Parts: sequence; structure tokens; C-alpha cells
Amino acid sequence: MFKALRARLFQKYRTNKFPDAAPKLPEHFRGRPEFDKSAVDAEAWKSAAEVCPTEAINAQTPAIDLGKCIFCGKCAKANPAIRFSSEYRMGCMKRENLICNGSLPYTPDEQFDAGIKALFGKSLHIRQVSAGGCAACELDFNVLNTLAWDMGRFGLKVVASPRHADAVLVTGPVTNNMRLALKKTYDAIGEPKLVIACGACAISGGIYQTSEKASCGVEDIMKVDLYVPGCPPHPATLLEALVRFMGRKQLDNRA
Amino acid sequence: MDFLSFKNCESVALANIPVLDFADFRDTLKDLINCKNCRVSVFTVHGGKLYAVLLDPAKHCFKAGATAVGASYPALTNDIPGVHWFEREIFEQCNVIPENHPWLKPIRFENSDKPGVTDYFTMQGNAVHEVAVGPVHAGVIEPGHFRFQCMGEDVYNLEIELGYQHRGVEKMLVDSPAKLRNHLVETTAGDSSIAYALAYDGVISALAETPRPDLTERARILRTLALELERIANHVGDIGALAGDVAFLTTSAYCGRIRGDFLNMTAQLCGNRFGRNYVTYDGVEFDLPNHKLAAFRDWFERTVEDFKNAWLIMSDDPGALDRFEGTGTVPNEVMREIGAVGVAARAAGVDLDVRRDLTGIGVYDKLVWKCALKKSGDVIARAKTRRLEIRESIRMVRALLTWLESSNSPVSNNATAPEQFKADSLAVCAVEAWRGEVACAVFTGKAGNMERCKLVDPSFHNWFALALALRGEQISNFPICNKSFNLSYCGHDL
Repeated sequence: MFKALRARLFQKYRTNKFPDAAPKLPEHFRGRPEFDKSAVDAEAWKSAAEVCPTEAINAQTPAIDLGKCIFCGKCAKANPAIRFSSEYRMGCMKRENLICNGSLPYTPDEQFDAGIKALFGKSLHIRQVSAGGCAACELDFNVLNTLAWDMGRFGLKVVASPRHADAVLVTGPVTNNMRLALKKTYDAIGEPKLVIACGACAISGGIYQTSEKASCGVEDIMKVDLYVPGCPPHPATLLEALVRFMGRKQLDNRA
Repeated sequence: MDFLSFKNCESVALANIPVLDFADFRDTLKDLINCKNCRVSVFTVHGGKLYAVLLDPAKHCFKAGATAVGASYPALTNDIPGVHWFEREIFEQCNVIPENHPWLKPIRFENSDKPGVTDYFTMQGNAVHEVAVGPVHAGVIEPGHFRFQCMGEDVYNLEIELGYQHRGVEKMLVDSPAKLRNHLVETTAGDSSIAYALAYDGVISALAETPRPDLTERARILRTLALELERIANHVGDIGALAGDVAFLTTSAYCGRIRGDFLNMTAQLCGNRFGRNYVTYDGVEFDLPNHKLAAFRDWFERTVEDFKNAWLIMSDDPGALDRFEGTGTVPNEVMREIGAVGVAARAAGVDLDVRRDLTGIGVYDKLVWKCALKKSGDVIARAKTRRLEIRESIRMVRALLTWLESSNSPVSNNATAPEQFKADSLAVCAVEAWRGEVACAVFTGKAGNMERCKLVDPSFHNWFALALALRGEQISNFPICNKSFNLSYCGHDL
């Protein structure tokens, strides 16, 4: 026991200060893209759309679909007008709000649904289902459970049984082989229930949108209540989106 | 006739790979694997021929041979158990039947609309019962189906059926434009992105018509650094997960956080915690400039101290050790026979490590390090092998950071990735990822196009070892056995 106590003194209290302080993001972090729409260089946008591996760029508008974007940064090299900012707050409650028009600062979606706020504002129990993909989204969702992020502080909890869950958090494009299992898990959750699509695959199929063995995300099968972009989403992006989704206070702490 | 020898990250013309008659092929293969210590890296049917690419650790090279096969051929599994999973894959993926295979059924349910519905090994008897788990498990984890045949608490047999994560990576690689391929490869197993990126890079640089100029010194150092950080982060996470499964919560909690710190170091290199897009054809995407090295090193050393402390409180705790020692043992002979790789194999004394056995990847030949090896093949051996590997990787990272200080080269050699490849060729590249050997093989066609890309995850070799580890165990020991292997579902399912 004394060894454990000594270790505790050595390791110290290390839960990060989120949401009271901005999360520490790495220098090369790629958050919400930023671009000037007033001076559009059509050629540069065309080449940006060409290099995009997931067809996330509409060169006409121009706009970037964060639901498809994997934040590889290739477009920014093809078109210097595009810059990936350190704005990590990218979760949206409406699919159309994921279409990024490049303006910053921007105001993230607010939770207006009084029902969700009343029922889940203080506690949201999540059943995660991995439906294809590469497991990175799952790993970084798991990270929210470690003491570095400690999502339990916000009433967020992972549960094993769908019967205990308020929401299902889906990762991956939904492979043909997982479609039935995902459907059954969803059906086992009692009403009212919510669906969270985590990562580019779950939102749009992402890298796998042309796969014959998978759908193009969760929306092919069920209505989605929260979209969290990224490949995978940074833990800060995911946690901030979940907390905002619950209708807790807006966090204005852009890094 | 002998198999053709070639190096890691080297291409060979398909015409130069000897085509043996079947009996000769089988005998050569048996001799190389059972007597000469070679291991199967890639084993597949392509263009009417069965290709075997073996890794010869003594000669530091691959050995390839082929034999013509039609719609079927006599299965080799009965003579060489290490290919049994490969032959099931051939049956499913290439539509060629290995006759008399002892347990021929799909491994990924690629062509079936009923995943997991198949024959299972069963037991009869009054007190016998079956436990079926998955595909959705009680945690944040990937899907798989596990069937235990039990009598009371004791597991007599465990059968593992996967394929739920199958999204057709290999086929997509061939069909997709080049701009998507890197991303597909990196997400084969999201926790081994650097290893996969390096394996793919090794193959395409070998197949480029104009040879790629040598990578710069700094690029090679940084690539090695990223691969070792990936290894440390995952091993630390696994040790924490093992502690969590025996309810040793202090170590579990600290390791969870410390793993994140190591991932954040990878993010410091490239902006992404999993090292996405870091490995580029011309080197690496970002430099770690010299003026930032001191802060990086300081951060690294502090995190290393945190980890040592977290490990020490568990490493001599009788309660934890009691659960780990003698649990889930897979002995050396069995690991060898089934062709297991990586940490799991080394924990049973199988002395294999691609970083030492092959050249061509990273700067391992310039570093002083030892291959981690344990003998007992149980959970504690796998935990301690991870601990030893972390220690060796820490030594390597220190040396690499020092080396960076004196290296003045840029990180890019300004090469552009080839659109076309050498025609009718094969290139293979193996990388020691944190789980074990990741292999990537590309067959090109007449027009220099990519005709087939074969990816072999270490988990592909090792899932069967986990099944064997459970024989005679209590079913309640499944979680720690599983965590001690920590195999990839998506890497296997592709």
C-alpha cells in the first residue's frame, strides 16, 4: 500500500484542465480548415480537389466537407489559400454544418433540443460499436476514459450492455459483416436513444467510401444525432463535442 | 531447385522466381521451414501459381518459390502447420481449394452474407457447455466471435471467427487512385500506421522504374524514431491493460495516461497521434528541428520515469504476479510450429525480430540494442517481453535524438512517388511493427500496374496462438490472455 501511495505522490494529479483551459495541441495539429472566400483562385481549388483522397472538396463553392476530410493536409499544399487552423471544436449536430466555408472564428453548433438537455444533460451512457475502420477512433475514445481526460467528470460513461445505454457511438464505415450486429445493438437500446457517428468513416465512409464491402457510414442505416469529424478525431475534439451535445455550457477556449 | 533469394525492399521479376513441380515445392518448403528456421511471410495464389515468400533470418533475406496450381491442390497444412491460416485465406480469397485441409472454412466471410455462421468445433457430454461471445464485446473494442467449449470453468477449446471488420482493403488498393493508397495502407491497422506506411513505402520504392535516390540521413532517423515511439506507446498501453484486467488499478491508470504522452510525442512529430501521413515517399513530412530537441528529450525522459514507476509498483506485487505467472502458456515448439511472430513468439523463446533479421528499414544496424527474449511463453513472459522491448526502444530513442543533433541533412530527398511500376515484378517488404512482422507484397502486371497487393498483419499469424493459449485455462483468464497478445481485428480482416 505504501508503495502505491508513494507512486501516487510521484505521479501527481494529472487530469488536464479541460474545459477551464484550452487543451494542449501539437504544433502541426490540423483542425478546422480556414480559407478566404473573397479571392478565389479557381485553378488552385481545382488542384486541391484533385489531390484530395476522399473527395471532400467542392471546388465550385468552394467548401470542404469535414465529414469526408481526413485532415491529411494535401489540399493545403496544392492550394496555399487553405490553412488548417488549431480550432479543434468541430463536432456538429447537423450534417450540413459539416460543410466548412472557411470562415474563422466560427461558432460551433449549440444544443437547442430541450429534451436532450433535460434527459441527458447531466449523464450520458454510451455503448460503443466498432463497425469496420482501423480501430484508431476506438483507441482515442478509450483515451477519454484515462485519467488524463477523465470524461466521467461530465457524466459520460461507457457501458457494456446496450440496455444500459442512452447512446450508441459508432466508428467505422459499417462493414457488410457488421451491419446486422450494429442494428441489433441499436435495437436493444431503450427509447429515447441517440446515435453518435465518430470519425470520417462513420460519417461518410471516409477512406472506405468506395468499398464494396462496406456502407458509406452510419447514416445509410440510422439517423445520426452527433457527428464528430477527424481521422481519428483528437480526444479534445470528441470530448468537447460530447459535452456540447449534452447541452452543457459552450466552451470558448480556442487553442 | 532452390528458391530465389532477394533482399527486403527489393523487387524481382516474376519470371525469375523458380516454378517447381508440386512435390519439389512441398519438399523444399518443408525443409526450409522445419529444418532451416525460415518462416512464412507471404503465401498466396496469384495468376495460377502458388507463391511462397519465406523470411530467412540466417541469410538476412527473403526466399521465394512458386508452383502451378489449378482449381485445387493438396493442402500443405498437414506437413507445415504454419500455413494453415494462409490456406484458408487462399480458399476464400483466391477460390482455390487446398484439398484435405484439416479445417477448411472462411476466415473473413468475404463472400457470405452470414458472417460467423459456419461449422464450429463442438464437444459432447453431460457437463459440457458452450460459451459464445461477440461480435459485439463488452467494451470499447473491435468485433470478433469467440466460441469456448467448456467443462465447468475449464476451457477445452476456443475457436475464433473474425471478418467483421472486413472492408476490402487489398482490393481497394488495386482499384483506387494512387492518392488514396497510402491512406488505405496506413489504416490497415490504425495502431500500426507507421509500420504499415514503411512497409508500403519499401515496396513501391523497390518497384519504381527510376530508382529512388537514397533517403536523407535525417529522414531515416526520424522514420525509425516514429516506429519506436509507436512501439513504446502501444507496449505501455498493453501493460496498463493487463494491470487493469487483474484490477491493479494504479498501474492501469498511470499507463493509460503515459501511453497518451507517447502518442502525443508522435503528434509532436507530425500533428497526428497515430503518425498519419508522416512517412512520405521523399522522406518524412516534418522535421524535428534541432532547437526543439532539448525540450523533446526532456519530455521523453520525464515520461520514461513515469512509466518505470508505474511498472515497478506492479512488477513484484504477489497478487498481480499470481494471476500472470503460468497463465495462458504456449510453449516454444508450438509457437514455432504454428508460425507465430513478434512479441508473443519472442515471449516463448522464438528468437525472431525483423529489425535485426532483415536490412532495408530504418537505421537499426547503426544502433546498439538487444532483441527482447523470454522463455516461458505465458502471460508474464509476454508482459516482460514488452517491458524489455520498451527498455531497448528507450535506448534507441535516446541514441536517435543525439544523432539528430549532429545531422544536418534535410528531411526530403525531393523524389516523387512513381505512377507506374516495373512490369511483371514482385516486391516484398517486412517491418517489425510493435505486434510483430508486418509484410506487404505487391505483384505488378504487364503494363506496370498494381495487380495485387497482399498485406499480412502479425495478428494473422498469431490469432491461432491465442486460441491455443486458452486450452486448459479457466474461462475467467480469457481477458488477460487476450490482452497479453492484444491482436488486431482490422489488421487481420483487411
